[in-house]
Amino acid sequence: MLGKLTLSAIPYDVPILVGTFIGVAVIGLAVLAAITYFRKWGYLWREWLTTVDHKKLGVMYIVLAIVMLLRGFADAVMMRTQLALSYQGNPGYLPPHHYDQVFSAHGTIMIFFMAMAFMTGLFNFVVPLQVGARDVAFPFLNSVSFYMTLVGAVLINISLFVGEFSNVGWLGYPPVSELQFNPGVGVDYYIWAVQISGIGTLLTGVNFFTTIVKMRAPGMKWMQIPVFTWTAFFSNIMILTTFPILTATISLLSLDRYLGMHFFTNDGGGNVMLYLNLIWAWGHPEVYILILPAFGVFSEIAATFSGKPLFGYKTMVYASGVITFLGSIVWVHHFFTMGAGADVNTFFGIMTMFIAVPTGVKIFNWLFTMYKGRVRFEGPMNWIVGFMITFSIGGMTGVMLAMPAADWVLHNSLFLVAHFHNVIIGGVFFGYVAGMNYWFPKVFGYKLRDSWGKWAFRFWFVGFYLSFIPLYIVGLEGMTRRLNHYDNPNWHPWLLVACVGVFVLTLGVLCQVGQLVFAVVDAVNKKHDAQDLTGDNWGTGRTLEWSIPSPVPHYNFARLPVIRGLDTFDTEKELGRPKPVSELQPIHMPKYSSLGPILGFFTFLLGFAMVWHIWWLAIVGLVGAFIAVVVRSADLDIDYYVPVEEIRADEEAFAKRLNATQAAE
Amino acid sequence: MSHDTTHASPAHHEEHEHQESPVVFGFWVYLMTDCIIFGTLFTVFAVMSHQFAGGPTGKELFDLKNVEIETAILLFSSITYGFAMLGAQAQKKAATLGWLFITFLLGCSFVFLEVNEFTDLIAHGAGPDRSAFLSSFFTLVGTHGLHVTCGLIWMVVAFIQILGKQGLGSRMISKLTCLSLFWHFLDVVWICVFTFVYLGSVL
Repeated sequence: MLGKLTLSAIPYDVPILVGTFIGVAVIGLAVLAAITYFRKWGYLWREWLTTVDHKKLGVMYIVLAIVMLLRGFADAVMMRTQLALSYQGNPGYLPPHHYDQVFSAHGTIMIFFMAMAFMTGLFNFVVPLQVGARDVAFPFLNSVSFYMTLVGAVLINISLFVGEFSNVGWLGYPPVSELQFNPGVGVDYYIWAVQISGIGTLLTGVNFFTTIVKMRAPGMKWMQIPVFTWTAFFSNIMILTTFPILTATISLLSLDRYLGMHFFTNDGGGNVMLYLNLIWAWGHPEVYILILPAFGVFSEIAATFSGKPLFGYKTMVYASGVITFLGSIVWVHHFFTMGAGADVNTFFGIMTMFIAVPTGVKIFNWLFTMYKGRVRFEGPMNWIVGFMITFSIGGMTGVMLAMPAADWVLHNSLFLVAHFHNVIIGGVFFGYVAGMNYWFPKVFGYKLRDSWGKWAFRFWFVGFYLSFIPLYIVGLEGMTRRLNHYDNPNWHPWLLVACVGVFVLTLGVLCQVGQLVFAVVDAVNKKHDAQDLTGDNWGTGRTLEWSIPSPVPHYNFARLPVIRGLDTFDTEKELGRPKPVSELQPIHMPKYSSLGPILGFFTFLLGFAMVWHIWWLAIVGLVGAFIAVVVRSADLDIDYYVPVEEIRADEEAFAKRLNATQAAE
Repeated sequence: MSHDTTHASPAHHEEHEHQESPVVFGFWVYLMTDCIIFGTLFTVFAVMSHQFAGGPTGKELFDLKNVEIETAILLFSSITYGFAMLGAQAQKKAATLGWLFITFLLGCSFVFLEVNEFTDLIAHGAGPDRSAFLSSFFTLVGTHGLHVTCGLIWMVVAFIQILGKQGLGSRMISKLTCLSLFWHFLDVVWICVFTFVYLGSVL
C-alpha cells in the first residue's frame, strides 16, 4: 500500500533532525496561524499562488531562493563546525553517513534551489520590463515552471524528515549512486527533486527565449537590448541546449535504479565515465548559466551608479556570446584524470583558459565604466567592487585548475572546493544579492535599508576570505574534499579559521534578514524617505523598467514604450519624455489560473510516490497532472481587458507623485 | 498561422496587432530541446552499441521486415497528418477529423508493432536489463515510442475539442500546427533510429 514507506523511515532517533523538525514545525505552524488569524488565505490564493504575473512569480522565486539559502547555509555551518571539531581523537558530531547527506544536500540545494531560483526570479521580474513587454510569452507556463521548481525544493526538504537524502554528492556519481551500493531512497529523492525542477527550468528557458526574441517593444533592435536581458538571453540559450542533457542523464540513472538497466552499473557493460561526460556536459554550462546573469546585473549597476553609459556595450554582448560558446565545450576539465589522453586533455584545458579572455574583457569594461564616472558607493555598488576583486582571484585559481598537469594534483581536493565557492559566492551570489538590492524598490516601492545592506556586504566579503582562503591552503597541503574526520595537525588551525569564517558569514546572512525585516517595517509605517515615488529610485536609471511607477502596475506599461536606441529611458530624461501620442487603450492580459498549483500538487504526488515506490499514488499523480493539462487546453476563458479608467487613474496618480517630488526638489 | 477565423474568445480579436502569436515559435524551441534529448540518447546508444555483456547482438535480434513496415506506417501517417492540416486551414471540419482519425489509426498500429517487438524480445530473454546494449536500445526506441503515444493522446484530445466549442478557431489551428511539427519531428527521429539503430546493427 505504501511501497517502501514505513514508520522506521522517520528518523526520530537522530536528535539533530528531531530538533530541526521541531524548529521547522513551530515556525511553519506560526506562519500558518498568522495567515489564518489575519484571514489572508483567500488573498494568498487569489493574488499570489494562482498568479501568472511575471512580477509576482519573480518575487515567489526569490522568496523560495532565500528560504533555500537559509537551509543550504545551515548545512554549511554544520560542515565547518564538524571539521573544526573532528580532529584526531574527536569524531565530531556528524557520523559519516549523516555528513555525506549534509554535503550532498548543501550542493544540490544551493545550485538548484537557491542559485537557480534566485536567477529565475530576477529573469522573471526584470526581463519583461526591460524589453517593454506586458508579460512573458507564456504566462501560464511560467506559473507551471515555478511550481515544478517548488515541488523539487519541497521533495528535497521532506527527505530531511521522511527517509534520507542522497549521500553521493550534488551530481549523484555512479556507481555509488546505483542500487547496488545505495539501496535506500536517498538517491531517489535526489533524482526526482532534480528531474522535476529541471523540467521547470527547461520550460523557463523556452519561455524567456521566446519572450526576448518575440515580445520586445516595437522598435527595439537586437543591439538595443539592455545588457541584463542579453545575459539572460545567453543564459537561456544554455538552458535550452544543456538541460535536456540533464533530463536524459537523470532518466538513465533512474532506469538503472528502477528497471535494472545497465547504463552506469559496474556489470552488464555499463560505463561510469559516460555518466560523468553527460552530467558535466550539462553541469559545466550550468555554472555559466548562473554567472552570466550576475554579469548582467553588474553591468546595469556599474552604469547606473557611475552615472554614465556602460563602457563597451557591444563587446559586453559579444563577450557573453563567446562565454556561452566556450562554456559549452570545456566539460572534460572536470575529469582530466579520466585518462582521455594528452590530446583531449590539452584541448579542453586550452579552451578552459580561453574563457578568461572574454571574462577579462568584461572586468575591464566595468572598470572603464567607473573610470571618470560619478561613482556612488551605495549598497549595490559595494557588491560589484567586492565581486571584481574576489572573482578575479577565483578566475585565476580556475586557470590553474585548467592545466591538466596541475589538475592531476589538485583534483578532488579542497583547493577545488575553494575555487568554485570563490566564483559562485564571489560572482553568482554577490551578483544576485546586488540585483536584489538594486531592483527591490522597483518591486515593492520601498528601499532596502542601505546601512544594513553595507554591513551584510562587509560580513560576506570578509567572511568569504576567512572561510575559503584556508581551504585553498589545506587543499594545497593535500586535504581531499568530503572528509568528515582528519588527523593531520597542519590542517587543524586552518579549519578553525574557516569555522570562524562561517560565523562571520552568518552575521552577513543575519544582516540580510534584518534588511528584509526593516523593509517590511518601513512599508507598514509608510516611512516617507524609504519610498520610491518617482519610479527612478536611483535617479540615474537608464533602462525601461525605471520609466514606470514603483511598484509596477500589473499591466507594466500603460502605453507600449517607443524605443529610442540603447538606454532609452536615459535618452528620454535628457530629451524630455515624449508626449503621449495615442489615447489609452484597454490592455489585454492573461487571467490567473488555479491550474498551476493544482498541476504542481499532482506532480508532487508523482515525485513522492516514485521515491517510495507507491505505484498507485504515482498513477494518481500522473493522471491528475494530465487532467490538469487537458482542462487548461480546453479553457477558453483565459484572458481579459484592463479597462481604460483603471489605467488612467494609475497614470494620474503617478503623474501627481512625480510633480510633487519635482516640486519638493 | 491563421489570424482571421476565430470567434471563440472575445479577447482574441484585435490582439497582438504588431506581434504574431509566439505559440508556434515557442513550441518549435521546445522541440529543439527534445531533439537534444534524442541526441543524448543516440550518443549513449553509440557508446553502448557493442556492450553486449555476452548477450545477444542486434544482428541476431532485429527483424528488419517488421521495422520496414513500422517505417512505412509512420512516414505515411505524416502524409495523412498533412492532409488533416490542409483540411483545417480550409476550415473543413469533416476532412480534418477524417484525416486525423486515419493518422491516429496509423500511429496506433506503429505503437502496436513496436510493443509487439519489445514483448517478443523480452520473452526471448533479451530485455533491457540483459546488457548495456539492450538498455540503450530499449531506452532510445522506447523514448521515441513514448513520444508517439503522447502524440496519439494529444490527437484524441484535439479531436474531441474540434467537435466541441473550440472548433477550428485560431487557437485550435495553432495547436494543430504544433502537433504537426511534433509529428513530423518524430518521423525525422525515426529515420535516424531506423538508420543508426536497426540498419547499423544488422548490416
